[in-house]
Amino acid sequence: MTRAATGPVQVTGEVLGVKRAGAFHHLTLVAAGVAERFRPGTFVALTVGGDLSQRLLRRTFPIYRARPTGAYGGTVEVVLATGDDGSDWLSRLGGGARLDVLGPLGRPFALPKEPVTCTLVGGGHASAPLFGLAERLRERGCAVHMVLGAATETRLFGALEARRAAKTVIVTTEDGSVGMRGSVSAVLPDLLARTSTDVVYASGPHGLLHAAAEAAEAHGAWSQTAVETDMPCGTGVCQACVLPVVGEDGVTRMVRACTEGPVFRGDRVRWRDLGTVPSGTWGAPPPAPTGGPAR
Amino acid sequence: MTAVDLSTSLAGVTLPNPVMTAAGCAAAGRELEPFLDVAALGGVVTRSVTLDPRAGWPPPRMVETASGVLSGTGLQGPGIGGFLATELPWLVQRQARAVVSIAGESLAEFAELARRVGNSPGVTAVEVNLGWPEDAATGRDPYQASKVVNVVRRDVPRGIPVLAKLAPVVHSVVDVTRAVVKAGADGVVLAHTVPGMAIDRRTLRPALGGVTGGLSGPAVHALAVRCVWEVHQALPDVCVVGVGGVRTGYDALELLLAGASAVQVGTMIFHDPSSPARIVAELEAELSQRNLTRVADVVGRAHRPEGELS
Repeated sequence: MTRAATGPVQVTGEVLGVKRAGAFHHLTLVAAGVAERFRPGTFVALTVGGDLSQRLLRRTFPIYRARPTGAYGGTVEVVLATGDDGSDWLSRLGGGARLDVLGPLGRPFALPKEPVTCTLVGGGHASAPLFGLAERLRERGCAVHMVLGAATETRLFGALEARRAAKTVIVTTEDGSVGMRGSVSAVLPDLLARTSTDVVYASGPHGLLHAAAEAAEAHGAWSQTAVETDMPCGTGVCQACVLPVVGEDGVTRMVRACTEGPVFRGDRVRWRDLGTVPSGTWGAPPPAPTGGPAR
Repeated sequence: MTAVDLSTSLAGVTLPNPVMTAAGCAAAGRELEPFLDVAALGGVVTRSVTLDPRAGWPPPRMVETASGVLSGTGLQGPGIGGFLATELPWLVQRQARAVVSIAGESLAEFAELARRVGNSPGVTAVEVNLGWPEDAATGRDPYQASKVVNVVRRDVPRGIPVLAKLAPVVHSVVDVTRAVVKAGADGVVLAHTVPGMAIDRRTLRPALGGVTGGLSGPAVHALAVRCVWEVHQALPDVCVVGVGGVRTGYDALELLLAGASAVQVGTMIFHDPSSPARIVAELEAELSQRNLTRVADVVGRAHRPEGELS
């Protein structure tokens, strides 16, 4: 049978190591074929709990780094947050542990054809995919600026690496433990204006993405936002990770973050309506005529 | 290794092997292409096609439970028009055996769906989703279920089997089977998801946007085996397709032994998109190592008295 050379692969991955990174864990896997196909913004979907696991759903993580060749063969690296039992299980794995890997999945960040000015905005560990993106952008001659935000210092990811990746780096924390106190939305308008940013790339919680998309819109820049949401399968079959997105025809559809995303144009996502099926969405029931709830 | 003939009869239609995808677990098949060859499966059951496009329920739509998944997507999909324009032709072009699942909200809708699917080239079988909406009585009440099957059978050409997918939590799955077979069903698919509910540990509110959902996965496998067993025991001539928590080749064999002529793999596709192909290979090995040479010989074999093993 024919298989697209660019599509995802399914391979047995082997853990090379798990390192602590502030409040997070940094997992490196040997996974043949994933790195060759990697583009920034794509993700991997991992099984959790081992062969006898009662946990059936995949855990998905944006790819932080991918190296096609190395001493151990192709590797992929992801950043895990704690709090989910599956991610916690992954963070406790030792070298040599095996698990099923699907990837790279999803649509990557769209890259500009011209050497434009880009501002990359990351929240917490979701900043992970921005570093590979910064590298690709610099290769194209783009000027790269970065804003990293988090609740507190230990929940920042990649602040040191950002100094190598970007011309300007602004760090914000909600508690002021490092960088500027507050959220990234407070610093974005000024940074976008000062740097004459053409494209904003954002990865983080929905609030951050919404703020980044709005700041880009106000400044007249494009935005590319990578949504962070539970993706039970990662492959598009389960239809669970949907969000309302406006298409080129102006019609809102419930689209899958894993397949149509995870990267969307920031001005297309109906940020205020996440978690709902807004009325007027393609295929939504018509509004109830008299007060009663629509089915 | 003993050579094994995996072919089976689905109400008169020969399938190269008894492993199909389950409705709602493989979208319309195309998403699985990077991971397996859809033509190498016994069949691909599409997600349930509705008359009009449906946006589905608001998220969250899926929750992980112990050895299972609780889900309620609200049958999001493009409607019959979109399905026939793009999704079915893709399956046919890939030479997959397309089993089209249909879900209507009225008898008239079921009839129109049956007519439009039945008139489309390349349909191997029609599966009637009688377990949806999750709160409807259609799949539980023999009378309602038989009325739906009756209108569908009328509009689907002879030679294309009509399979009725039934709810498992009923007074008697045998009674419902008897009623739908009398109304013209060529076989039954046992069984649909089980209604369930979960409460979110952070919000302390219902975890699903649709409040209740269908429980599926290995958690319900034993229930499926029991439904298949009971129906095959009472109605040994009825074609039964077993579905529920099939994770391995042995799980598939178990359903065959209980009386199923074919099986469907559902929730495990979320876990492992290549699992249907793996299960075909594992089933072949399970049969071969027991010197069982034909799938046809093991259908219902567990009902035979002890000592009568060949």
